[in-house]
Amino acid sequence: MLSLRFAVPTANTLIPTKTKPKSGLVVQTGWKQTGLSSSPPKRYDYKLQAATTDITDGRASVEDKEVELPAGLSRELMPKHVAVIMDGNGRWARQRELPTSAGHEAGVKSLREMVELCGQWGIQVLTVFAFSSENWIRPKVEVNFLLSLFERALKSEMESFGRSGIRISVIGDSSKLPASLLSLINEVEETTKNNTRLQLIVAVSYSGKYDVIQACRSIAERVKDGQIQLEDIDEGLIEQELETNCTEYPYPDLLIRTSGELRVSNFLLWQLAYTELFFTQELWPDFGKEDFVEALSSYQQRQRRYGGRHS
Amino acid sequence: MAKEVMSGWTRVGNVSRGVSSVIRECIFGVLRVGPIPNHIAFIMDGNRRYDKKQNPGGAAVSGGHDAAFWALVAMVMYCYELGVKYVTAYAFSIDNFKRKSEDVQILMDSMLRKFDLLEKVAIHFAIRVHFAGNLGPFNNEFRVSAMKLMEATAGYSNSLLTICVAYTSRDEILHAIEESCEQKCIDHVREINSDGDHIIKLMDLEKNMYMAVAPDPDIIIRTEGENRLSNFLLWQSCGSHLCSMSVLWPEIELWNLVLAILNFQKHKPYLERKKKEKQV
Repeated sequence: MLSLRFAVPTANTLIPTKTKPKSGLVVQTGWKQTGLSSSPPKRYDYKLQAATTDITDGRASVEDKEVELPAGLSRELMPKHVAVIMDGNGRWARQRELPTSAGHEAGVKSLREMVELCGQWGIQVLTVFAFSSENWIRPKVEVNFLLSLFERALKSEMESFGRSGIRISVIGDSSKLPASLLSLINEVEETTKNNTRLQLIVAVSYSGKYDVIQACRSIAERVKDGQIQLEDIDEGLIEQELETNCTEYPYPDLLIRTSGELRVSNFLLWQLAYTELFFTQELWPDFGKEDFVEALSSYQQRQRRYGGRHS
Repeated sequence: MAKEVMSGWTRVGNVSRGVSSVIRECIFGVLRVGPIPNHIAFIMDGNRRYDKKQNPGGAAVSGGHDAAFWALVAMVMYCYELGVKYVTAYAFSIDNFKRKSEDVQILMDSMLRKFDLLEKVAIHFAIRVHFAGNLGPFNNEFRVSAMKLMEATAGYSNSLLTICVAYTSRDEILHAIEESCEQKCIDHVREINSDGDHIIKLMDLEKNMYMAVAPDPDIIIRTEGENRLSNFLLWQSCGSHLCSMSVLWPEIELWNLVLAILNFQKHKPYLERKKKEKQV
């Protein structure tokens, strides 16, 4: 039996009742400025999406043609929301006796490829765990490098996001970010907010527990102010207060973690309740189309019961 | 039913004596060279399929859940012998109430029958038993039996077996949020913490969790080959080593547990490095 028999429960989709001002964190490191007209890497063995872009009133719209999926994948069974823990950049660099920064640069290429594939294969939301709140304890040199790389990448890719119909959202604790980066993030989020082809959510300085705690604090404030009563607090209210209220599909259907570690490491804690988990030994910079197809294929063969039972 | 009880005690007997116990002690001796997990949690999946295997084409019987109970007892005993102080088992999710009412009733009846047996096992091994979850939906007989079992074993402190019933992690977090909000509101009204510290902190939530009785699990084992948490220990599983195995829960054996622990030991250095980075 295929999981399609069971519709995604309505609890998995969320129509935000309020939008919080987003001052999130941007991860993107070292995006290359290759436009849609550039030659694809050789490992792409499917038809490229032909896109035409119109810019009207400052908004970009992309008309997409249907893309042929790799053999074995079904468009109807494609997950709406894929989350990724992009682990292994440092190890990849060490294996090649390269500096860690080279690993992060290589990781960005993998991310770029995944974003393109998601957009072409009908995945609506891609959430990437770029920088955990616990990563702040890394060497200052590395952290500063990452932040500057984020800022440069964001500036260089802003126009590309518009052309590609990608909406950028950033979640996480922004209090430690430089003001210039925060400002740029706000600008990118505002500029791309009407794009609909793919929503790329970047989790930076993010912690699943922190997300729940900030939701809890918001709820407590509303109780204190008399907006709601204690008995009004339910799972729906918590969902609305989590940082993933920036998307219609806040709960990942599939989580991929690279580099062989078998844990979720404080990523999207509440949101991962029913998420299918896929772990791979590949280091993130080596994670390519074939690996993504393998993950999606595994997902499409699974039966999702949400605690119930197939008859 | 008597046949299943005898079969279960036979399995327990095989665990506790004979050549197998000598071999097991040798294996555990090897395992103890590496780090032993302090807390192992089990998602006991596969009872229904086991039941169908045993009764092909027949109606649903309690065999799946009864065999599941004895598998849990065996695992608890292995963990106890190895020195694993905390064991947690996901026995019944709030989501399971969505199943057919007759399936739910079969499970409830099976659990109720096992309280006396579980009490005997717990007292024999001096294991404290704790039920985590919202027992409200259960009938009075169930709640009373659960409370009695917890009281009978409350004095044991060496090992803890937590059984999650009518539990989901989101419900647990919701409960913790409600309690924390209520406490902060009370503090605000009473003007306690006059420095204005009404902000809810991590510790406020954690002390109100159903699972506050135990540390975070080192390993979460799920049987039947599924690879998801299914709303189990979401808060506590941040650093847990996740282990999915294809065996059906009633058929889980010692070697499954040993492999899971070996795998955990293989990945432990990475986790230790991360912990050290935090301390720097």
